[in-house]
Amino acid sequence: MAKLRTRKHKVVLSRSAGGDAGITIMLTLLGAFMVLPMIYVVSQSLKPLDELWMYPPKFLVSRPNLGNYRDLFTLMNDSWVPFSRYVFNTVLTSVGGTFGHLFLASMAAYALAKIKFPGGKFIFKTIQTSLMFHSTVTAITSFIIMSALNMIDTYWAIIIPAWGSTLGLYLMKQFMDTAVPDTVLESARLDGASEIRTYWTIAMPMVKPAWLTLIIYSFQGLWNAGASTYIYSEQLKSINYAISQITAGGIKRQGASAAATVLMMAVPILVFVISQSNIIETMGSSGMKD
Amino acid sequence: MSAKTAERKAVARKDLTYGQWIRKEMKRNWVAYLLILPYVLVFTLFTVVPVILSVVISFTNFNMLQMPDIVWIENYINLFFADDVFLTACTNTFIFAAIVGPASYLMSFLVAWFINELSPRIRSIVTLIFYSPSIAGQVYLIWGTLFAADSKGWANAALMEIGVLTEPHKWFQDANTVMPLCIVVALWTSLGTSFLSFIAGLQGVDRSLYEAGAVDGVKNRWQELWYITLPSMKPQLMFGAIMAITGSFGFGAVVTALAGFPSVDYAAHTIMHHLEDYGGQRYEIGYSSAIATVLFLIMVGANAVVKKAISKVGS
Repeated sequence: MAKLRTRKHKVVLSRSAGGDAGITIMLTLLGAFMVLPMIYVVSQSLKPLDELWMYPPKFLVSRPNLGNYRDLFTLMNDSWVPFSRYVFNTVLTSVGGTFGHLFLASMAAYALAKIKFPGGKFIFKTIQTSLMFHSTVTAITSFIIMSALNMIDTYWAIIIPAWGSTLGLYLMKQFMDTAVPDTVLESARLDGASEIRTYWTIAMPMVKPAWLTLIIYSFQGLWNAGASTYIYSEQLKSINYAISQITAGGIKRQGASAAATVLMMAVPILVFVISQSNIIETMGSSGMKD
Repeated sequence: MSAKTAERKAVARKDLTYGQWIRKEMKRNWVAYLLILPYVLVFTLFTVVPVILSVVISFTNFNMLQMPDIVWIENYINLFFADDVFLTACTNTFIFAAIVGPASYLMSFLVAWFINELSPRIRSIVTLIFYSPSIAGQVYLIWGTLFAADSKGWANAALMEIGVLTEPHKWFQDANTVMPLCIVVALWTSLGTSFLSFIAGLQGVDRSLYEAGAVDGVKNRWQELWYITLPSMKPQLMFGAIMAITGSFGFGAVVTALAGFPSVDYAAHTIMHHLEDYGGQRYEIGYSSAIATVLFLIMVGANAVVKKAISKVGS
């Protein structure tokens, strides 16, 4: 018979102290492995020039200043295409790609989750299969298709493929399966609401956490996108590409490069901090049944 | 009884053939087709067609310039019997995937499990720490600075200080160290979607099952994990496995950024790099399509095998 212990009305199993200690040690070690490089990059970005070149190198900065960030902005102002243009490009493709994806994927997810129709299961299975391979496999033939459609070197080459990304649709469909009760939809239909109306006014408001998750996933992908093989024109390229050009200046730009990395990573991390609980809620239904 | 179930009763009658029934159902649910149409169009155009097209092109010698000829399986024969670099790439890819896939899967699950009983506030902070590297863009480049080739690199300086090294080691330019280091970096960025899915899955396990388990004689947390937790989150385990496997084949960009392309003695050359080399640089589209097709089959095959294995958990 196991020992039972009550903690705030919950019955919990006895936890051995050795196990607790072991887990704490493992978690601390793994946590250090994860967080130290992140701390290092922040510390590098704050180091003045002489500290960047010091031997032996110090892990943490001793006299932090913002010189590297100033250098980065100077370098940005010197770029041939105005830096604001790169920002505009990334924002436009991120927003266009993300909202198109949200709209198309949620419509399809609603139909696949809540309407039984011939072919629905097959279509979902096919989409689910595409989670199983990485998009590099299709990069070259996608290029051929895009050139046939005259999409190469336009914003569409980034935006339209994002609409059809798979993970967002998958998570949305799984979430709708559990979060939208069939009975609510049935009664709406009985009241004479059309299917499209039911989707928009009843199902969609019930899956807000999934929207947010889908928006964040799609946005992260587009935000972190570097140089695309589908874009040649300098004035259509992304911020990430521009920053990689600045930091490609080699060792003398180490400080500016660290500053750029910190600024670029701050955006997705902040977005995640704000939306964490919603994303975890969506992931609750992410499981695959078969 | 709702209108819908009444209708379904009606179509179960024997006076309709299967074909007639399908047609009737399709007509009745025309809105569903309307709703999925835009997504399915984009999905077909940029996912389904490219896969099919790459299988078709892999049987030709297409090079973007001349009319392609059909060469049947010549590309595949060259790939497996005449291309030594491809065989190196295969070996590297398998080593890479066989270590990174399971290790990231295990790490994602263990960390999620370790933090499951922490208070929500601390749990969300720990989640952030472990999840950040996977979403922070090109932050993995910092490993290049940590393991820089000169004595200013932090790893070199530290090892020389304690006397392990006498002169700086060129970490990413040495065929012996480049692969292990890339694996470490890949692991560092690998606690992504599957990690979040596990956290949510663990939170979702029905508490009453644990209480019932305790009464039934589950003695410690390991038994609890094996008999209660794992079986109740099988769907998440499945989804996480697929994310981990697909991810473990997709680290080409990380390797290129740190080790350069081509890497020293092809020591970190993967199938992805080979594909990029022939498709993106030499424009031998027929040959690179054969590489893509092989890679596709490997990924889908690995997923199928693992899915089968996970379906046996707890049964």
